[in-house]
Amino acid sequence: MKVLAFILTVIAGILLLSVLDDLPAWGDAQSPANSYVAAYYLENAMEQTHVPNVVTAVLADYRSFDTMFETGVVFVVVIGIMAILRRGSDSTVDRKTKRPPHAPPDAFILGVATRFIVPFMQMFALYVIAHGHHSPGGGFQGGVILGASVILLAMTGELKSALGKMTEKWFIILSALGFLIFAGVGLVCMFYGGNFLDYSALAPLLGGDPHTAAIMARYHAMLWVEIGVAFTVMSAMFAIFAYLSSDGWMDRGL
Amino acid sequence: MIWTFDFSLLLLVVITAILSLTLKDLMGAAIVFGTYSFFMCLLWTVMGAVDVAFTEAAVGAGVSTVFFIATAYNIKKEASD
Amino acid sequence: MMVWLETNYNYLLVIILLMTGLWAMIGKNNLIKKCIGMCIFQNAIIMFFISMGAKGGSTIPILKHVAGAHGHGPESYITDPALYANPLTQILMLTAIVVGVATLGMALTLVQKIYQEYGTCEEDEILDRMNESGVSQG
Repeated sequence: MKVLAFILTVIAGILLLSVLDDLPAWGDAQSPANSYVAAYYLENAMEQTHVPNVVTAVLADYRSFDTMFETGVVFVVVIGIMAILRRGSDSTVDRKTKRPPHAPPDAFILGVATRFIVPFMQMFALYVIAHGHHSPGGGFQGGVILGASVILLAMTGELKSALGKMTEKWFIILSALGFLIFAGVGLVCMFYGGNFLDYSALAPLLGGDPHTAAIMARYHAMLWVEIGVAFTVMSAMFAIFAYLSSDGWMDRGL
Repeated sequence: MIWTFDFSLLLLVVITAILSLTLKDLMGAAIVFGTYSFFMCLLWTVMGAVDVAFTEAAVGAGVSTVFFIATAYNIKKEASD
Repeated sequence: MMVWLETNYNYLLVIILLMTGLWAMIGKNNLIKKCIGMCIFQNAIIMFFISMGAKGGSTIPILKHVAGAHGHGPESYITDPALYANPLTQILMLTAIVVGVATLGMALTLVQKIYQEYGTCEEDEILDRMNESGVSQG
């Protein structure tokens, strides 16, 4: 089996190598990938949305449909993992036979140190979410750091204590809420007469000169959308860790 | 771009990728996978993709490694090949 | 040869990583090694896209201020597309990374469930136990 796999991959590698001449050279500024739409985004993102970070501007505004369904995928994964792995007291598998014995927690130093670190992690994560317009960052990165802070609490304390702070009910509600915020912003744009996720239709909410109001409406709606993404990603990261490490029982983790 | 830095990063990426697949101890394989993720993050920073590198550092080297360790902890800790 | 190597070495790295991930997914026996191979494959694809968007001598795609200006309007930023790396490929790959980690969580959940059912994580032992218990193989 391994020899067969090796031969197959060598054949596939040779096939891929033979078409390398058709691909553009590395670092070519005139290649087709760098010419048409990317140049438009780089030139017009600033005057249409006033956001210097072009990556966040395109993710949250020009291609917000992709981002919404990616948030949807993360939400569906949370539900899927709950459906597959979650076990309660009515399960037929014997609880005691298959789990390794749990070492007594002698982690007093670890517990104190993480209790110092976690608030700073969360503050940094909120900064990353809010500053996504001007520096590298945005909704995903901040959401993952927030999730990682709760995972840190669960790893060094007990899973049950972290679950006491963020119960199952809450992380299901939060993941759904994030997706709802995203789609809700789009629906509100429809109520104001624009297309779905067309943020410039929210200009009457800000008042003032209609042209700059449209631009600033796009600026602020992007932040709302990123907050929605951060909620979903944070609860998804902790949910996946909680189910994976406790094998579905949700009583003790690593 | 300093070509020695580039070249050593590329070499380390390939080495850690192959190493994480050949280790028999699953916990060790998960940790080496974390270092593979970190080297990819460095490569992408060198190529100018800072947002992607930030996400990969948070996701791949942080959360993904923890998922592997959590799974390897609950099942057998050694692979047969 | 050196000229070809210099213009194409990023694609060489991508092909090596792709083949490593593919070999791990097909040839390895342990299910967790297969998941690691899947992650290596995904990262190699992301590497391919990012390397296509890199331009020689360009900076990160966050718009720079014109020298000395501190305003927030569009006239105080440099918007020359040749100065910045391509943002479009990076955006697509951001989505790909997050979807990849979600898929990894799902894959590891399935591995744990298989372990609960069959008691092992090696592919050939799982096939043997499936044959013993009479489950048909497709």
